[in-house]
Parts: sequence; C-alpha cells; structure tokens
Amino acid sequence: MEIDADNLSATELRLGLPGTSSSDDWQKKPSPSVGAKRALDDTRSEASGTSPATAGDLDHDTAAPPKAQVVGWPPVRAYRKNTFQAAAAAKKAEQQGGLYVKVSMDGAPYLRKVDLRMYKGYRELSDALDALFTKSISAAAAAAEGGEHQHAIAYEDKDGDLMLVGDVPWDMFISSCKKLRIMKGSEAR
Amino acid sequence: MTYFPEEVVEHIFSFLPSHSDRNTVSLVCKVWYEVERLSRRAVFVGNCYAVRPERVVLRFPNVKALTVKGKPHFADFNLVPPDWGGYAGPWIEAAARSCVGLEELRMKRMVVSDENLELLARSFPRFKVLVLISCEGFSTDGLAAIASHCKLLRELDLQENDVEDRGPRWLSFFPDSCTSLVSLNFACIKGEVNSGALERLVARSPNLRSLRLNRSVSVDTLSKILVRTPNLEDLGTGNLTDEFQAESYARLTSALEKCKMLRSLSGFWDASPICVPYIYPLCHQLTGLNLSYTPTLDYSDLTKMVSRCVKLQRLWVLDCISDKGLQVVASSCKDLQELRVFPSDFYVAGASAVTEEGLVAISSGCPKLSSLLYFCHQMTNEALITVAKNCPNFIRFRLCILEPKKPDAMTGQPLDEGFGAIVRECKGLRRLSMSGLLTDKVFMYIGKYAKYLEMLSIAFAGDSDKGMMDVMNGCKNLRKLEIRDSPFGDVALLGNVAKYETMRSLWMSSCNVTLKGCQVLASKMPMLNVEIMNELDGSSEMEENHADLSKVDKLYVSEMEENHTDLSKVDKLYVYRTTAGARDDAPNFVKIL
Repeated sequence: MEIDADNLSATELRLGLPGTSSSDDWQKKPSPSVGAKRALDDTRSEASGTSPATAGDLDHDTAAPPKAQVVGWPPVRAYRKNTFQAAAAAKKAEQQGGLYVKVSMDGAPYLRKVDLRMYKGYRELSDALDALFTKSISAAAAAAEGGEHQHAIAYEDKDGDLMLVGDVPWDMFISSCKKLRIMKGSEAR
Repeated sequence: MTYFPEEVVEHIFSFLPSHSDRNTVSLVCKVWYEVERLSRRAVFVGNCYAVRPERVVLRFPNVKALTVKGKPHFADFNLVPPDWGGYAGPWIEAAARSCVGLEELRMKRMVVSDENLELLARSFPRFKVLVLISCEGFSTDGLAAIASHCKLLRELDLQENDVEDRGPRWLSFFPDSCTSLVSLNFACIKGEVNSGALERLVARSPNLRSLRLNRSVSVDTLSKILVRTPNLEDLGTGNLTDEFQAESYARLTSALEKCKMLRSLSGFWDASPICVPYIYPLCHQLTGLNLSYTPTLDYSDLTKMVSRCVKLQRLWVLDCISDKGLQVVASSCKDLQELRVFPSDFYVAGASAVTEEGLVAISSGCPKLSSLLYFCHQMTNEALITVAKNCPNFIRFRLCILEPKKPDAMTGQPLDEGFGAIVRECKGLRRLSMSGLLTDKVFMYIGKYAKYLEMLSIAFAGDSDKGMMDVMNGCKNLRKLEIRDSPFGDVALLGNVAKYETMRSLWMSSCNVTLKGCQVLASKMPMLNVEIMNELDGSSEMEENHADLSKVDKLYVSEMEENHTDLSKVDKLYVYRTTAGARDDAPNFVKIL
C-alpha cells in the first residue's frame, strides 16, 4: 500500500493553531555533495563573519538548487573573472542608464537636455523637441514673417562632425549622438 | 677538464641550455663553481622566498636575465589572502646595487610598486625586457617611468596584471628616440590610451613583431597601425564592437591581409559576430588563436572561424563552442598541440555546453595534442580512457569538472580509472590537475605511473592519508603539490618529510592538518618554512597562546604537548624549502613555525 505523504499531513499532530501550516518551516535541503557543502559553509562564514548559517537560508529564495559560490572554484584566474564581470556591468549600466545629451537651438536663450533612451524612434524625438522648444519655435516663426519656420535637427557625433538626424538606424544614432542642435531652416540648406 | 683555461670551460658551459644543468656543473669543484657563476647570464628563482635576493646577485654578478616568481599558484583563485607577500622591491633593490648590467626582468605573481618600477627604470642603463604576469600593486605611472628611462627597451609585456589606471599619458612617455620596440603588450590596461601617441610609437618601431592592444583602441586606430606593421607576427586586437561601419572593417581587412607574417591572434574583447568575417582572410595562416574573452560569439560564429584555421597549433576558446564546435575543431585543426576551453559561467555546477564528447572528438582528431586545460560539465571514465589511448603525448593535462566531486556521468562511479589511464598512457606527463569524484585509488595510480610528474593539483578528492602518501612516495620528480578541500591530515603531512627538500612547495587548504602536525614538521625540517594562515577567528586565539613563538622559526615541540588547541585544524598551509630562513615581511595572519 502506498503511503500518501500529502494526505498524512492532514492528520499530523502539531502544536500550531488550526489554519497555520508547517510548510514554511519545512526546510527543504538540496543535496549538494558533501565537499561542496563544507566549502559553502566556509564561504558564507567568510563573507558574513558569523558562524555558518543553516542550509535553509539559501533555500527560501529559490526552488531550484541555488547558484552556489565556492571560494576559488571553479579555478579561474581572478583577472578573467574580473574582465567578464566588468564587461557585464558596463553593459548593464549602458542598458539601464539614461543617455542625456544637450540640445541647443539657434536663437534660444538656454539649452535643454533630453534622455535619448526615453524615445523609441525619430518621430518621438522630434515631437519631444517640438514640445521643449515650442516657445522658441513660435517666436522664430513670427519673426520670420511667414517665411520658412521649418527646422532641421542635427547632431554632433563621436568624431565631432555635424550630421543630419534621421539617416542611420535609431540604435546606431543613440550610440553615436553626443549633442543635438536644432538649426533654422535657412541655415540647414 | 680542470686543466683547460677558464675561458674554454666557460665556453663549454655556454652550450648548456638549462638552469639545472648549469646548477649541476657548479657543484663539481670550486673552479667550475667560479667559472659558472661569473658567466651565468640567466637566473631563474621559482620561489622568491627560497633564497635571499642579496645572495643571488652576489653569486651571479653578471646576470643579464632574472626571473622571479612570488605567490603560490592558488593565489590565482583568491585562496591566498591579500598582503601575503611576494614583494618585488627587495629583488630590484638588490640587483640595482650589485648587477647594473641587468637587461631582462620577468616576474610572476608578485607585488610591484610604482617606486619599484621607477628604481628599475633608473638603475639599469641597458635594460631591454620587462615581463609582468599576474602582478599587482602598480599603476600606469610606473609604466611611464619605464617608458621614459629605458632607452633600449625592446619588450614591455604585461599579461593579466591588475594595474591601476591613472590616465592615458603613460604611452606618450616613450621618447621620440625610442625605436627599438619589438614587443608591446598592454591588453590588461583598463583605461584609454592616446591613439595618436600609439600610432606614432608604432610608426617609429620598425622591429615590432608582437603588439597586443587593450579594449579602448578603436578599429580605425587598429587599421592605421597595421598599415605600419607588415611584419607583425602576433596581434591582440582592440575594440571590435564599434558601431558597425562597413568602411572601417573593410579597411581593417585590407590592412590585415598585408600582414603576411601574422601567426597569432588574440583580444576580440566582446567582439560582435558581424566583424568576424573580416578576419577570415587571415585564418589560414594562424598558428595561435585566443577567443577566450569573447562571450559574444556563439558556436556557429566560432566554428566558421576555426574551420578555416587549418594550421592552428594553439586554441583558447570559451565553452560556448560546445561539443559540436569541438568536433569541427577536431576535423579542421590537425596540427593542434594546445587546447584551452574556459567556462563562460563561473558558478559551481554552472551551465556548460561542453562535455566528455567534445574532448573525445578532439583527442581522435588531433593526435599531436600535448597540452590541455578543459572546463566541462561532466566526464566519464570511458572518455578519459579513450583520450589517453588517442593522445599518449600529453605533457600538461588539466581537467576541471565544474561541479566538485561529480562522478562518472554514465556509471556514477569515481573517475579513478579514467585518470589512472591518463597517467599510465602518457608517460611524459609533467603537470596534472584533476576534478570530479576521486578516491584514494587514483592516487595509487599516480604514485605508481606518473614518474615524470612535476606538478599536481588536487581538489575535493581522496578518502584518507594513504592517497597523499602514495603520491609523495611514488612521484620521484614532484616539485609542486597543491591540495584543497581533501581529507589529508598530519599522518600524510609527516609521512615523508625528507621529500619536501626535493620539492619547491606544498600547499594545503581546508584539509585535515592540525597545528601540532605543522609544528612537528617545522621542528624536524629546519630547511623548510612552514607557513600557516587561519581565518579571522582562529588566528587571534593563536596569538594569545603562541605569542612568544611568532618570531621563532625553529620550534621543538614535545609529543606530550598538553595544549589541546594544537589539535585545531590549520586552514591554509604553505611549506617550501628555503635557504633564507623565516621571512621578515610576513603579515600578521601568517605564522611561520
């Protein structure tokens, strides 16, 4: 006869109040090899300066066996580990960090700054710039006496060259754009 | 032969290539000792604490090339606490006083300061070659000193050092008159370098044969440099992840194609797969390729490149290549002698696409394979036995199964038979690192068959003292033994104490040796330094009980010692033969018994 462990738990004698379950307390220990366990204890005590914590502490967070760290294992040179970790960190920072660039507009009294990562494409950027500089744009339009009030958006790239916005794919643009410049229609020719 | 004039004897000695041969002839008689020591040009010191620097420079005043190694090998894996030692200062200072003709200095795992480099640069007017491997403690200011004062500099080779970056100006310190560079490797420098200064330096170095750039150097700068170096033999690329500009890469390819002498390629930091085809024209002439810092290339990018490298002798790659990729290597690279497969995931029991199948494929396709470093997910005895039969020429065999104590993936058995086959078939094996589930049996095999083994690395292996003793008693040529997390204790430590005088060093960490055992060893063997390092809690207790002993290097301990703390386990033990006595630069967490 098979013993159904799950059902037996209902008949288990416990001292808790009805309604409380013991599943939180049940320490599901993973089965790391003995040597690894000893090394794990060493690692944790080294890291925290206290006596080794119970194996249960590691388990609470993950159902799968936790990605363990044993000091000096696998035997990979610190230089190699640091190189990989630095690259990964740099990548992460790039992905998460804002990419703020200055935006100048000819004739405007002061510059603005925009976060290029906030926009998914040129359309959104153009709309945002319009919104930022709306006063200056209308002032320029009035002054131009019904002439051109179209503006060209240009940017300064890594090499310092002034380029017209819109030629290259968006991702390539944001990785090379250092500064934005809104130029008057007449200058843009 | 003692009737020949000394010049003749000296000339005969000049044909002896190895240090050990020269050491031997110096023992024959006083005349030979004198002739040998005055004519010695190259000195190799395998352990900087085995001998005092003053003694070396006084014995060999005319030395031109000095090599010194510092920290024990396990320092690479953070097992040696920082500030343990290995200082370059005393060596450079001693040489500056007594052998100003020094031309070459090579150091590995040592602590080198900017002041040391400054002294080096100013003290040796004919200085030509500086090689620093896995060193630390200096910054780019120290490099500036070398660049500005070493007028005859031929080689500046910085491999995997931890260098503090103080800006790009150091490269500009090479004076315009410096035209002698043959080899420049600054791949480990983290920061930017001035590309103009780099281009000008390369332009005035017609003898440049080896150039390894760091990540900051752009594709365009690389192309401009390569136009100036058609005789380049070894190249470490800079940044190959620039925004993809077809023009830049086209220029790079045409510059590379002119480098007909280029045999070895490395770098490829985070290289984009798009740039790989631009390297294809070079592949057929390459004998060395290091792609082990490129996690961005997957199996198909890697195999497309490697399948073109038909002359390849040395390949370093990440496990992204997978078993399938290794099969491609096996069918394309018939001349392969050295293979290193590194992990891309650094966690214990991390994921790896490489298993025993890849290794078996390599062994059957590449019979010349003699040097292996292989990180993998799993291994089997059957595979190892096959590998041993296919490649009896192994000199270095290092296998690391990512999960400690993992048994044979097919049978669940220990891997004793597999490694036993390796040591039995590979009669010339000099270096062995093992992993996986291993019992005392494998050590019995090693002691029995590995007659030429010089270095053995053991981790999470063995059952009892007998294992270590079989190795100590059987391996006649053993020089370095390093053990971690294995159940060897005092009986094994003390089982063959005379052996330690024939070895360079022994390292044991997280084993079962006790303080008492170490004290007995120290008392029986005055020619050894017995260094112990305990974790934070242990050492302060030891300070109280043994405060008066900290300065004493000879210690006689009665077997009836009552102090029960002597049975406390020693965390880290480092034993080495020395003529220098206890070192005086040890930090307070190191006890020298």
